[in-house]
Amino acid sequence: MISTTPTTTTTTTASGTHLLRQWPFLIAGLLFGVLLIKSEAASWYRIQEMFRFQSMHMYGLIGSAVLTGLITTTLLRRSGLHALNGETIHVPAKEGPTRRYVLGGLIFGLGWGLAGMCPGPIFALLGSHLLPMLIVLTAALVGTWAYGAVQHRLQPRSP
Amino acid sequence: MPELLRLLQEPWPWYVSGPLIGLTVPLLLLLGNRAFGISSNLRHACAVLLPDRLKPALFRHDWRAQSWNLLFAAGLILGGVLAATLLRDPAPTALSGAAVQSLGTLGVTVQPGLLPAELTDLTRPATWGLLILSGLLVGFGTRYAGGCTSGHAITGLSTLQRPSLIATVSFFAGGILSANLLLPLFLR
Repeated sequence: MISTTPTTTTTTTASGTHLLRQWPFLIAGLLFGVLLIKSEAASWYRIQEMFRFQSMHMYGLIGSAVLTGLITTTLLRRSGLHALNGETIHVPAKEGPTRRYVLGGLIFGLGWGLAGMCPGPIFALLGSHLLPMLIVLTAALVGTWAYGAVQHRLQPRSP
Repeated sequence: MPELLRLLQEPWPWYVSGPLIGLTVPLLLLLGNRAFGISSNLRHACAVLLPDRLKPALFRHDWRAQSWNLLFAAGLILGGVLAATLLRDPAPTALSGAAVQSLGTLGVTVQPGLLPAELTDLTRPATWGLLILSGLLVGFGTRYAGGCTSGHAITGLSTLQRPSLIATVSFFAGGILSANLLLPLFLR
């Protein structure tokens, strides 16, 4: 366990990391889970159809999501509004060498094309297919750990 | 009311659900200046679960500061339960004819629900192979790439980040390869 600088309980609560204060994110996750299932983004069949270019369903879904996200996020950032916790809205930049995005992206894509699940559906399908999804989730945790174990050899200086 | 429920039980058209998915990005920014991304939860879970001496540097981060994301993941699970019970759609996915035919030649029949028997029938060794290999690649690849479909394809592209474009193109290159070349090895 990494020990952060000594903080009193009051500052922890004030910084908004207290679980009770985070309930809106639980609701947001719930809505997103429903969306993943009802949009069929969590359907293995739809993912196979997408990777064979046999329907525009998933392309329309991802395309309209990105377009909406682009417009609304740009408007939000230009509006000068602050987040509800008072912070200035800021999207962290994705940095680092191109190699990790190509190789990491390819490896994730290979997995996505098999069981048809990116991380969101792994969580959203747990309730309806507990045992198979526990196998995928456990394997995904092992995969994440394996990356952590070899990270220093793949990209010595990145976080 | 029963009509509304029946409407919600049907699959939601992409032009309704797509924009709603996109709105998640500004919603999380507005709620607490949080960048939408789901695969980070796998990292946080490793940090929570691993004993200290087996913990690589990657998992020695302050996961408690990211507890909002673990709550979001818990919400995903609850939302999945809600969608599979109250909002359950009894009909199989309405795939294109071409997709039904392609999957048919691989021996897969389209059944109600979102997953075929090839992914849920745990009496078949091939099912285990498919689930485990897929999970390993997803876990390793998302952390290497620093994000998944939500963090790169949705958040990253929505904020015009070049690395996310590279990552998204790579996601699709890998997916096209494995769906067409690797997957058939597990089916027939």
